[in-house]
Amino acid sequence: MAKTGVTKRIVIRFPKRLVEEPIVYRLIKDFDLVMNILKAYVTPNEEGLLVMELQGDADKFEEGIRYLKDKGVLVEPLSKDVKRNEDRCTHCGACVVLCPASALVVDKDTSKIIFSDEKCIACELCVPACPVGAMEVHF
Amino acid sequence: MATKTYEEINQKIKKGEAVVVTAEEIIDIVKEKGVKQTLKDVDVVTTGTFGPMCSSGAILNIGHSNPKIKIQKAWLNDVNAYAGLAAVDLYIGVTEVPDDDPLNKVHPGAFRYGGGHVIEDLVAGKDVKLRAISYGTDCYPRRKLETLINLKDLNEAFLFNPRNAYQNYNCAVNLSNRVIYTYMGVIKPHLGNANYSTSGQLSPLLNDPLYKTIGIGTRIFLGGGVGYVVWNGTQHNPTAKRGENGVPKGGAGTLSVVGDLKQMKPEWLVGASFVGYGATLTVGLGIPIPLLSEEILEYVSVTDKEIFTQVIDYSEDYPNGIVRSLGEISYAQLRSGEIEVNGKKVPTASLSSYSKAREIALELKSWIKEGKFELGEPVELIPGPESGLSFKPLKERAVE
Repeated sequence: MAKTGVTKRIVIRFPKRLVEEPIVYRLIKDFDLVMNILKAYVTPNEEGLLVMELQGDADKFEEGIRYLKDKGVLVEPLSKDVKRNEDRCTHCGACVVLCPASALVVDKDTSKIIFSDEKCIACELCVPACPVGAMEVHF
Repeated sequence: MATKTYEEINQKIKKGEAVVVTAEEIIDIVKEKGVKQTLKDVDVVTTGTFGPMCSSGAILNIGHSNPKIKIQKAWLNDVNAYAGLAAVDLYIGVTEVPDDDPLNKVHPGAFRYGGGHVIEDLVAGKDVKLRAISYGTDCYPRRKLETLINLKDLNEAFLFNPRNAYQNYNCAVNLSNRVIYTYMGVIKPHLGNANYSTSGQLSPLLNDPLYKTIGIGTRIFLGGGVGYVVWNGTQHNPTAKRGENGVPKGGAGTLSVVGDLKQMKPEWLVGASFVGYGATLTVGLGIPIPLLSEEILEYVSVTDKEIFTQVIDYSEDYPNGIVRSLGEISYAQLRSGEIEVNGKKVPTASLSSYSKAREIALELKSWIKEGKFELGEPVELIPGPESGLSFKPLKERAVE
């Protein structure tokens, strides 16, 4: 019997006392969540920040989030998202070489630019570089 | 040698019998059928390009107000339009930005709205705010005017672009250790990327490299409507270095073009902003090439492998007028997504949309096939290499 699955992108911030604890390991091991880290700043003696996509059973996901909160980790949904305005995109390619996540690539057959939302790490490098303003930040 | 005339081709177009293919499609047709048979079978080859073209603008006649004004200075959505013409004629250039734009004061500036965006808004049917001032004369007493204007109400509105459809263009790289913001886009340091901007084998002037069919009176696709070539473009440089196939190995010919703005579509005239550089307009332009002879057919059969350009450093060489090529590469290499410069693999990006260029060539093909668009026979071709014309730098002279 299939369980209800969820895929959510979250931002977690943890105080420096937790930097040395294997939080991510516990999320995977104890709650059976599939994790894709999109962005990470973890430096000793400073606050840590992780942007990640979590995938798994809905109940386990909630339990995992509760675990994080109990630990004193700040959990927020990823509220910023880069979207492409399909009406404006001219499929030139100015963005392709700037995207560090290969979320913007040229389709060899059609010569169109493919934007893979799921690969986008919302770094926003493409936003000012798009001549026609097709790449938009959504909050 | 078999030849065709404009007259014969136009007769076929009128009857809906003309055989039209794009500059991409002709490549395989010639390979398959050979030159002689293809010349018999095909009448017209269509080309296309869709890229930022900074030397563009529109001439507008807004009609007379009551009382009348001889407009001295004017702004459209706060973007200055040139008014040094008759009373209510204006020229809005695509690179103009609002007077209060922060420009590059905080580098790199965004240049989010400029003359190109005004033109896009007009073509999209949006109201545009006009503000004008003058000094007042006996015949034109009014000194101030503020109103909304709309493209449909203007007496005339035509695109008049002094330099479009550049025949080939530099491939820009950055040898310095800082990011540079150019009209060729954002270029990362230490050869981080290589940006280019033509549609290669689909590009109009790369398919008629020696201007044997393109001249004053050539009817074209311009911004989604019908336009005309009216002169060579500014900086037209027919004596540029060429390969054996006649194709220039760097920037060469250019075109001046005109077309009725009221026929155009916002999808083919898109306002653009180059961060740290300025505002401009992305223009869609396509030219039909009549297959008048085997020679012309040879030209239009050119492929990206046979079109070369130069890799130029935009951090030091280009701004300082240092003529140095870091390498000669083909559009096939550029379009593969990676080239090699100074022994380093460099990812490539295009500022000109190949897929849109293809759409333009296909659109123009359908116009001709449907008999809606006949070929314009030029009354004079634009100057070729035999003219001796070249693109000269400015000689600065001391002012006493």
